[in-house]
Amino acid sequence: MKTAANAPSTVDPPAPASFAEKGRDKWGALQGVHWGDKIFHYTTGTFAILVLALPLLMMVMLIAASRLSITNFGPAFLVDTQWDPVREEFGALPFIFGTVVSSLLALLLAVPVSLGLAIFLSELCPKKLRKPLGFFSELLAAIPSVVYGFWGIFVMLPWLRDSVQPALARWFGFLPIFQGQALGFGMLAAAMILAIMIVPTIASISRDVLRAVPDTEREAAIALGATPWETIRHAVLPMAKSGILGAVILGLNRALGETMAVTMVIGNRPKISASLFDPSHSMASVIANELIEAEKDIHVSSLSQIALLLFGVALVMNLGARWLVSGVKRRAAKITASVKLETSK
Amino acid sequence: MMQSNLPAPSQLPARIVVEDLNAYFGGAHALHHITAQIPDKKLTAIIGPSGCGKSTFLRCLNRMHELVAGARVSGRVVMDDIDIYDKRVDPVRLRRRVGMVFQKPNPFPTMSIRENVLAGLTLNGIRPKDADAIVQHTLERVALWTEVKDKLHNSGTSLSGGQQQRLCIARVLAVQPSVILLDEPCSALDPIATARIEELFAELKNEYTLVMVTHNMQQAARVSDYTAFFYMGDLVELDTTQRIFTNPKVSKTEEYVTGRFG
Repeated sequence: MKTAANAPSTVDPPAPASFAEKGRDKWGALQGVHWGDKIFHYTTGTFAILVLALPLLMMVMLIAASRLSITNFGPAFLVDTQWDPVREEFGALPFIFGTVVSSLLALLLAVPVSLGLAIFLSELCPKKLRKPLGFFSELLAAIPSVVYGFWGIFVMLPWLRDSVQPALARWFGFLPIFQGQALGFGMLAAAMILAIMIVPTIASISRDVLRAVPDTEREAAIALGATPWETIRHAVLPMAKSGILGAVILGLNRALGETMAVTMVIGNRPKISASLFDPSHSMASVIANELIEAEKDIHVSSLSQIALLLFGVALVMNLGARWLVSGVKRRAAKITASVKLETSK
Repeated sequence: MMQSNLPAPSQLPARIVVEDLNAYFGGAHALHHITAQIPDKKLTAIIGPSGCGKSTFLRCLNRMHELVAGARVSGRVVMDDIDIYDKRVDPVRLRRRVGMVFQKPNPFPTMSIRENVLAGLTLNGIRPKDADAIVQHTLERVALWTEVKDKLHNSGTSLSGGQQQRLCIARVLAVQPSVILLDEPCSALDPIATARIEELFAELKNEYTLVMVTHNMQQAARVSDYTAFFYMGDLVELDTTQRIFTNPKVSKTEEYVTGRFG
């Protein structure tokens, strides 16, 4: 069979190697299907779709499971302070209060420490110490929360009860937040354990954000006669601001969802109290504590609605954090990209 | 333009006297026993192939070199009868007197044009009462005022590369240094922007001592009064630009400026 090699072309010298092969049409040698690649492509694609589908399915499931509670209590569920499974009274406010207050308080304690740690690790620390210190601060994030809770019960609670709370009551007892009986467990204990748990998260992300600020920014400030602190304050932090905010929100996110360590030290009493010494409860803890023993449908449904609320809060927080962190990276990437472009000329 | 009637650098009042300067990066000896006099209110270009130590030399003049981990300096650099490496000298204070412009324009991206001009003052905790006048005067000085006077509150990074570099020069001028170090200030700019910056240098050298590292020999020939040729960490020759480019004493210099290596 004559093939493409001596087809219409006129002035071609004898073609050295034709695509065509004996016994196949002219597309022959150029055709091929890579089955391995196709299978790989679709398998990995399926995993990706699973990641998309799972949260959606969870959301749908939670909404369905919460229907009874939603129709029964309506919006009042969010503001009702009574939680009494025996009398079938369900209000989520004490849990919302416990979660939000303990998490915000944890941020208040953790943010200054984390920022200090991040700035030290990224800007001031001698190079030799940078890695080991960073490793240890990340190691803190790897400790399981039940271990934190264990430590909390046996070390932190006695310390709070015998030293910290009496001292706070003595010096700041005029404030309603430091009144009442020093029990150890309660809102303050929960906030403290959360603070310890979120420091590594906030610190390591903030350190990465600070490291992403190009050195040209630092040099610009140093060459103008800025001290190390002025360089950080005027050249580094402004560029890292939104990324650090993102790190803080991710820390908050972790605090909002933390279950085990909180339930071990918060006291698990659904009461709203002004005093940080009093026991409280949280959204995550109440689900973990009561779901197994909940027999009535309305009880399960109410717990499910609390889960739905927690899910929604975490989702919104996470999206916000991502948006903020990407802002810094975009700006830094712009700068480094232009440096590369110009130096490669 | 090359001036033909300049005296040898040692015959002029020196702004910077460098005596037996050595610079190290960890174990690497980057600059060897540099001794030089940099004349006052002139533009001195520093040329040489990549890795010859020209940028390191520049960074020794405002004590930026020692910021690199493991970097070390020995020898003396004397300005106004003071050895800037004396223990009593605070490098932070020194850098307010010895300004520096970098290869890549680096206005602070989070600051407006106006804030960038005042950045050196703000950093040093100075809040001048006549800030508006300083901004206008400094921007006029770098021929940027008419272009930006209506958008002083825009971000500094919204400007073109050449404008950004002039903004960075303005930022340096605002702190009133006596010496300005220029580290390949035009290498990131197009030829038109480069020409405008070079014009600016020609004006600035009436008031300031300029030291410019450049890898562009034509630029050194165009704008500088004196040229120092560095090779492998040694200062081979420092003389009037005209002599370096037409009749250098050392054959290595001639080989370099005629493009036989580098």
